[in-house]
Order: sequence, then structure tokens, then C-alpha cells
Amino acid sequence: MHWSTDIWVWIAVFFTLSVYTFLWKDNPLYKFAESVTVGIGMGFGVVQWWNLSVVDRFWVPLTTRGTIGLVLIIPAIMGLMMVTRIVPRFAWMSRYALAFSIGAGSGFMLPRAIQASILQQLYATMLPINISWTGLMVNLFIVVGTLAGLIYFFFSKEHKGVFGGIANIGIWFLMVGFGATFGYTVMARLSLLIGRVLFILRDFLGMHLF
Amino acid sequence: MDFLAKLEKVDRRIIYLIITVAVVLPFFFRMGLPITISPEVKSVYDYIDGLTPSDCVFISGDYDPQVDAELSPMFDAIVRHCFEKNVKVIVANVFNLQGIGLVEPRLKKLAEEYHKVYGVDYAFLGWKIGGSLLIMGMGESFKKTWETDYYGTRLGDMPITRNIRNYDDISLVADLTGGGAYNAWIVYAYVQYHQKIAAGITAVMAADAYPQLQAGQLIGLLGGLRGAAEYEQLIKHPALGSVGMEAQSWAHIAIILFIILGNIGYYAVKRKNKK
Repeated sequence: MHWSTDIWVWIAVFFTLSVYTFLWKDNPLYKFAESVTVGIGMGFGVVQWWNLSVVDRFWVPLTTRGTIGLVLIIPAIMGLMMVTRIVPRFAWMSRYALAFSIGAGSGFMLPRAIQASILQQLYATMLPINISWTGLMVNLFIVVGTLAGLIYFFFSKEHKGVFGGIANIGIWFLMVGFGATFGYTVMARLSLLIGRVLFILRDFLGMHLF
Repeated sequence: MDFLAKLEKVDRRIIYLIITVAVVLPFFFRMGLPITISPEVKSVYDYIDGLTPSDCVFISGDYDPQVDAELSPMFDAIVRHCFEKNVKVIVANVFNLQGIGLVEPRLKKLAEEYHKVYGVDYAFLGWKIGGSLLIMGMGESFKKTWETDYYGTRLGDMPITRNIRNYDDISLVADLTGGGAYNAWIVYAYVQYHQKIAAGITAVMAADAYPQLQAGQLIGLLGGLRGAAEYEQLIKHPALGSVGMEAQSWAHIAIILFIILGNIGYYAVKRKNKK
């Protein structure tokens, strides 16, 4: 075991343990760690955004590229119009910038999103009757699960009789889906704990783990 | 009966303590639990393994420190594999600028380990405002979209990026994300440009990504720490993911036991109340 001599590792360990004190109960150490995390995250983001976006992508091209750089003034003005929301008297100006942003964003996204999230997903359920027994079962499972799930979310007809029975099968498929998601969520949260434990054992205490 | 009733109301701090012990102990006493390889991870491995030194993999580290424990092992494993195969690697943070501080030092460290030259074998583009617009722009002109790397060098001046025109010259996009960024890659890069995409995502989101995988929109999927561990096994370089999986397994066993005991307690109390 070889304890770290890096002051930043010690600080990281202090904050890690401070956050985990919340498991006992809420306390000032946790509050302090939480505030520092939020503050640093925001500070880091703002500085990076300023340097990489405002300076590198706007100010430098504007001042070095002559007339080509002047085009950047248009999006800059629209960006400033967005900020007018904080002044009620000029807030109406933000609507024009928002309208452009929403309009362009929707135009870019909608056709592709329909293709990716609806059409291609539909094609994926139009499966061949596979020759192999296992393949047939897997494909059948996907088709039945999709149809039953869709029927469960069809509320224009009362869930009774055969229709209700299929909707119930849909619930079972949904439950399996939720179960899988929950299992993965548990795994994810534990992974974060494991990450911190690994950091303390390896980086702080200097243990050789692999 | 009182004991069974108590099972239903175990103090949460006791549960936390037992989970912590279950996570920490495996680091000292290894059982060597096997890690089986899932097809979705194997397909990412096979795809990269089939690439040649003239190919280029674009990795987008779209994650922040909260999910570093899950996604950085994936990043390490994929970059290692590419470097071992002498495949060129371009790393960026298309959607998350906090990812800069996470992936840049790792990339440098791995490059040193494999004696790779910056600008020739690998490059780091960092973050640029735009998100989805960047993805679309890359399909038209890679160099016009990014213009410079993170350090200000023009892409036309670096051998690795000089000849990259658009997605035609990128063999694979691997998106490592703690959010839904992989969906944007599917919508803008796969749908329009038929770009091959692999996703490395947190376990929380893994179940949601299987429809995209089944529809062929993703060539493969690495889900959570387990996905990273599987990839490490495939490249025969066990690291953070593999070490963590044993702790993961024991913690899961502890949680399963708690669920069983909690349910026994619940039914015992229910039965007693009926009587």
C-alpha cells in the first residue's frame, strides 16, 4: 500500500466521503460537497463554453477573416435576442430568435426522426418466418410483444374480451421491460459506487488491483 | 414471527453497510467469477477487429463525471483495441463539454503507452457548439465542420484528418454517452448518411437501446460496466471494468437476498394480519 501524495487525490477522497455521509443522514459536509460540485461543474462549463464557442468560433473568425467573418454577426444578434427574455420590456425580441431556432430544429429533425424512430422500427418488426425453430420463436416473440404493447396503449376501445386479453399480454411484456430497466438501474448505481471504491483503493491507497 | 416481520423493516443504513462490504471485499478476495460475452459487445469488437490501419474510428465522449465510472473503462477498452490494430482514432465531445476533462488525459496516456503520434495516429477535437448540427455537418464536410482540433491546429494541417472528407472516410462512430446522444447519431448520421454507429451507454439506459440494436441502427452496444468488462475480456486486457464486475456480482447477490427476505417478511406480516 502506497498512499497518494497528490493533494488533489486527497481532496477528491474528501468530497467522495462527504457525499456518502448522506447515506447516514443529511449534514453540512454533504451540503458543502453538493454545492461545490454544482458550482465547479457550472464554472467549468461556462469557461469552456466561453473559450471554445464565443472566443474561438465567434470573436477570432470575426476579427481575422474579414468579410466572411462578418456573417457571424447574424447568429450573434439572434443569440443576444434570446437573452432579452430577462428584460420584460424587450422580451418580445426573443420570440423571433426562438421561432427561428424551433423552426429550423424541427425541420432538420422531424423527417429523420420519423424515419429512425417510427419507420425503421416498424421495418424491424416485419420479420420473416424463420426456418429454424429458435428463429421463428424469437421473431414471433417480437411481433406478439409489439402488437400486444401497442394494443395496451390503444384507449379508444375498452379493454374487454379478446382485446382486453391481448392488452393484458401487453402489460406482461411491459413489466418484463420495466424489470430489465430496473435491473440495469441497480447495476448502474452500483457501478458508480464501485468506481469510487476503486478510486479510493487504487489512486488513494495505492493498491495494485490489476 | 417477529423476526420475519423485522425483515420487512430493515434499517436502510444496515442495507447500505452490507452493500458496501459486498462491494469492497471482492477487491481483496477474488473469486474469479467468469464474464460471459454478449453478442452485442462481440459485434462491436468484431467490427473494429476487422478494420485496417487505413481506417478511422471517431469516438464521441458525450459524458460527464457522474458516469465516468461506467463509461471511461469503455473508452479505454475501445481506444486500446484501435491502437493495437493501428486504426486511427479521432476523439471529440460532440454533446458534452464536461467530457473534455475526462477523455483528453486518458487518450494522451493510452497514446503514450502505445507510442502513437498526435496528428498522425490520433487526434482530439474537443467540444464545439452545435450538437446535432455538427453531426449533420460532418456528413457534408468534416473539415469545414470542425475546422480545428482542440489545440487550435487546422484539420487540413494534420495527416490524420487531412483526407477525411465526410462519413465516407469514417469507418465507425462510437458514441459513449450518459444521456440520449446515441439517438441523435442514429437520427442524423445513420438515417441520412448510413454511418455505422456503436453505442456505449450507462446501464440505466441500456434496456432502452435494444430496439435500436434490433432494428440494425446500431452495429453493437456496450451497456454499463458489464459492457466495458466484456470488451476488456475480448481484447485480453482486464482493467477497471473486469475488476469492478466481481464486486458488481456480489452486490447483486446481496440485493437479491434482500429482495427475497423483504418479500418473505411482507408475506409473513400479511398472513399474520389475515389471521
